[in-house]
Amino acid sequence: MGIQIDLDKCSGCGECVPACPFGLLEVVDDKVQLKEGCTLCGACQEACAFEAITIETVPEAEAADESYRGVWVFAEQRNGKLKGVAYELLSRGRELADTLKTELGAVCFGHDVAEINLLAAYGADKVYLVDSPELADNQEDSYTRQLVELIQQYKPEIVLAGATSLGRAFIPRVSAILGTGLTADCTGLDIDTENRLLRQTRPTFGGNIMATIICPTKRPQMSTVRPRVFKKNEPDTSRKGQVIKLDFARERITSRTKLLNFVEDLTETVKIEDADIIVSGGRGLGKPENFKLIEELAAVMGAAVGSSRPPVDEGWIPYSHQVGQTGKTVCPKLYVACGVSGSVQHMAGMQTSETIIAINNDPHAPIFEIATYGIVGDLFQVVPMLIEKLKEK
Amino acid sequence: MEYFLTEEQKTIKSLARRIAEERILPVRAELDEKEEFPWAIIKDLADADMFRVFIPEEYEGLGGGCFELCLVVEELSRVCSAVAVSYAATALGCFTLTEYGTEAQKQKYLPDIASGRKLAAFALTEPTAGSDASAIRTTAEKVDGGYMLNGTKQFITNGGEAEIYTVIALTDKTKGARGASALLVEKDTPGFSFGKKEKKMGIRASATRELIFRDCLVPEENLIGKEGAGFILTMKLFDKSRPGIGAQAMGVAQGALEAAVDYTRQRIQFGQPLISLPVVQNILADMAIQVEAARALVYAAARTVDSGVKKFSEESAMAKVFASDIAMKVTTDAVQICGGAGYMRDYPLEKMMRDAKITQIYEGANEVLRNAIAIELRKRRARTE
Amino acid sequence: MNIVVCLKQVPGTTEVKIDPQTNTLIRQGIENIINPFDTYALEEGVRLKEQHGGRVTAISMGPPQAEEALKEAISRGADEAILLSDPAFAGADTWATAYTLSRAINKLGQYDIIICGRQTLDGDTGQVGPELAEMLEIPFIAYVSKIEEIADRSMRVQRMVEEGYEVIESPLPAVITVVKAINVPRLPSLRGIMKSKSAVIPAWAVKEIDADPGRVGLAGSATKVIKVFFPQRVHRSEIFQGDLKSQTECLIGKLRDAGLV
Repeated sequence: MGIQIDLDKCSGCGECVPACPFGLLEVVDDKVQLKEGCTLCGACQEACAFEAITIETVPEAEAADESYRGVWVFAEQRNGKLKGVAYELLSRGRELADTLKTELGAVCFGHDVAEINLLAAYGADKVYLVDSPELADNQEDSYTRQLVELIQQYKPEIVLAGATSLGRAFIPRVSAILGTGLTADCTGLDIDTENRLLRQTRPTFGGNIMATIICPTKRPQMSTVRPRVFKKNEPDTSRKGQVIKLDFARERITSRTKLLNFVEDLTETVKIEDADIIVSGGRGLGKPENFKLIEELAAVMGAAVGSSRPPVDEGWIPYSHQVGQTGKTVCPKLYVACGVSGSVQHMAGMQTSETIIAINNDPHAPIFEIATYGIVGDLFQVVPMLIEKLKEK
Repeated sequence: MEYFLTEEQKTIKSLARRIAEERILPVRAELDEKEEFPWAIIKDLADADMFRVFIPEEYEGLGGGCFELCLVVEELSRVCSAVAVSYAATALGCFTLTEYGTEAQKQKYLPDIASGRKLAAFALTEPTAGSDASAIRTTAEKVDGGYMLNGTKQFITNGGEAEIYTVIALTDKTKGARGASALLVEKDTPGFSFGKKEKKMGIRASATRELIFRDCLVPEENLIGKEGAGFILTMKLFDKSRPGIGAQAMGVAQGALEAAVDYTRQRIQFGQPLISLPVVQNILADMAIQVEAARALVYAAARTVDSGVKKFSEESAMAKVFASDIAMKVTTDAVQICGGAGYMRDYPLEKMMRDAKITQIYEGANEVLRNAIAIELRKRRARTE
Repeated sequence: MNIVVCLKQVPGTTEVKIDPQTNTLIRQGIENIINPFDTYALEEGVRLKEQHGGRVTAISMGPPQAEEALKEAISRGADEAILLSDPAFAGADTWATAYTLSRAINKLGQYDIIICGRQTLDGDTGQVGPELAEMLEIPFIAYVSKIEEIADRSMRVQRMVEEGYEVIESPLPAVITVVKAINVPRLPSLRGIMKSKSAVIPAWAVKEIDADPGRVGLAGSATKVIKVFFPQRVHRSEIFQGDLKSQTECLIGKLRDAGLV
């Protein structure tokens, strides 16, 4: 079952061999052979020009329940403040709802949540608000069961939520209870209008392979999306949405877990290896005091502070910030190198960063060879300008 | 080259390599720079059961022999000799106990060493007694309840970090070499203190200190073997442990060889990688031959030690002398062919060269061992005439 | 305490690179490894056992070669292991995987805590843990960075959130997923390796775990992969021109477009 290789069609070209992420294919005597362990991911089927490989699909036992309509966005809040990802998802959700010619709903749980009207401003036609002291602490037991009840009552066909530490923890529980499919960390969402299906695209293997996924028969189709994947539109405060206030079902729903305490992270404990954005300073800073500039830029960007070797050696910044061959190896989404020349040793520690920005007044600095974007200029002029412009938004 | 290791020996060797690459490699430069004792790695080695390798099964060990010890030391030394010697010195510090101790002594001390909870050390050398071991002056005067230790030991590996010390001291000053005995002394015994930590050329993360005994009372039951057997026990100990030093030397040479090959493959000069140049190839080939020859000799000596034969001092000495001499040559050549980079502390080569030197000096200076080998040659030929 | 650790064997993805010329995977001998996050789960389980007594059972759903990962788990302190292996399990999405694991765990009998890693290297979803908890109808806590206290019927843990951490009390049994910050996993020990070599790891199929064949594997998956492709990656080095002010503005524009600021 599962995967079939038609040896008559197989030409032995071997194109499928490198396509298999698990290395399970090999060409023996001009025909391909498959080792054990196939997960039916379909990469080989994709690669075969001779249609020799088929992944058997199990025929659907049932059709999707057509009574499910509407796109919902779970609007996450903490301590009464809505999170940016809610607006981002509403922006994209609005487009999906328009394509499906259906309504966009925002679901919000909490207590004394501020600025609820913004949910409509970002596109929600309806806002389902459950405001209750029991929901103030984001206790996932309550959130899970309350969302399940709402979905069972209102039957949206699509539910989106932020892939935050809350979202990634409780949304799977909702999908498990409902017996429906959930796709995590989607980077792309669009509609297959012919079949009224949500096409969910997400990275696997650390982003080396992309997969597009559908949930053909179960409802709702659920996805989580990381913050900053979608951009939020300009809010239209003239837009009005219907706020539906619902009572928390406290007779039915209690939380088994209890929040005893919340400890805020006051120090910058973003370990640079885990940071999405790193701003690094190098010898070009000239003086220890000038690291303040780097710290300021990092703060504005929500970034961790890194360093090449010379500042660490000089004692301007602790060794834990050092990036490079004798420091840490990092691979953030964005690496901003200020006054860093880009020695081989430093580049060894950061060259796999997704986007690299270099700011240096030496046009021949090696860092420019690996930078995605570069500014040849005095960092003491450029960095303050960056800070100012970023603060504006 | 294939050495036909058993499954168990392969497991020991590959686990030691894994620990070396995952836990030691990332911190070796920092440990060397700060001259910091590698306690975190000692714990990793203990958790992995590495200290059990050289302890008999009856005392919570795995019952391995000299060969298994060499496998571990080789792999650790390939990455960092300082860690390797801290491990090996513990073996050195408890072998006398293992071979000649009483049941009670072994039950008391060996399980803690097997679990890695306590480290051991061996103390013979003194300011006046290096190669001339019989010139020791530390005394262990028999008194009521035990032995009163007075004197100073010098250059003791693991000094200050170990909890269990095998100390060679004179129980009878009148009998010269026959007047020394081996005693087990625990850290924190009143009258036992440590001198400053020595600043060394190499193996800088390893702790080397003076042991100072001022009216230190050691219980009677801590005597190992008989009074007066001290030097005999020491000779037998070194015969058994020398292949381990050979392994330490061969390991660092192996590490240097690999680092040199890696560097010369990617360093481009005159339009090609250095490794394309015949002069570099010749040097690397000699290095590789020397490392392999050392390995074969060390393994052969270790297997001989484990085989049960009564005498193996010559084999053991040969392995140590050869391996340490080639280690010095290989690490020096490695620095040379890596040029300026080889000299820089950013690269591991100069540390390997600094680390290799000691293997020619301690546990029997090579000159002394050569003398001993020559004397054996002469005796053997004399017997056949 | 009876501790269950769920783990998955994954390809060692650090070896997987994309050849920019052909846009295909370059594999330098892909080695299979225990999903790194699961090693933290296993280590935490072993520590709990060392502190409170009990047993650690490692369980994994996978093809026959996943047995290697379970043997490694034993060499790192698990007392026993079970492999869930059946062609019918192939092609499972997280729901079907969680269902399969839940059937097997039910068969184990009494358990106090189930520990999973926060996500896998290949799937990255982090969904199996929470879904498993719902199927077993027990509490779930994600992103645990420290177990402060644990007793017979309850535990108190630190759960990481973006802004800091929450201290949460939960009854047992429960499922938790753990993050890297929780511990430093030990390496295998020699005795552990010897034990793993002689360990017999039972392989359970659909029948042994009393599973509904329609809810496992591809058949039981609500989601289906319809396309797999390699993302286009183009490396361009763009050095801006013009006066510094407009260069800065240009840069910020690019960063905004990419959603990076």
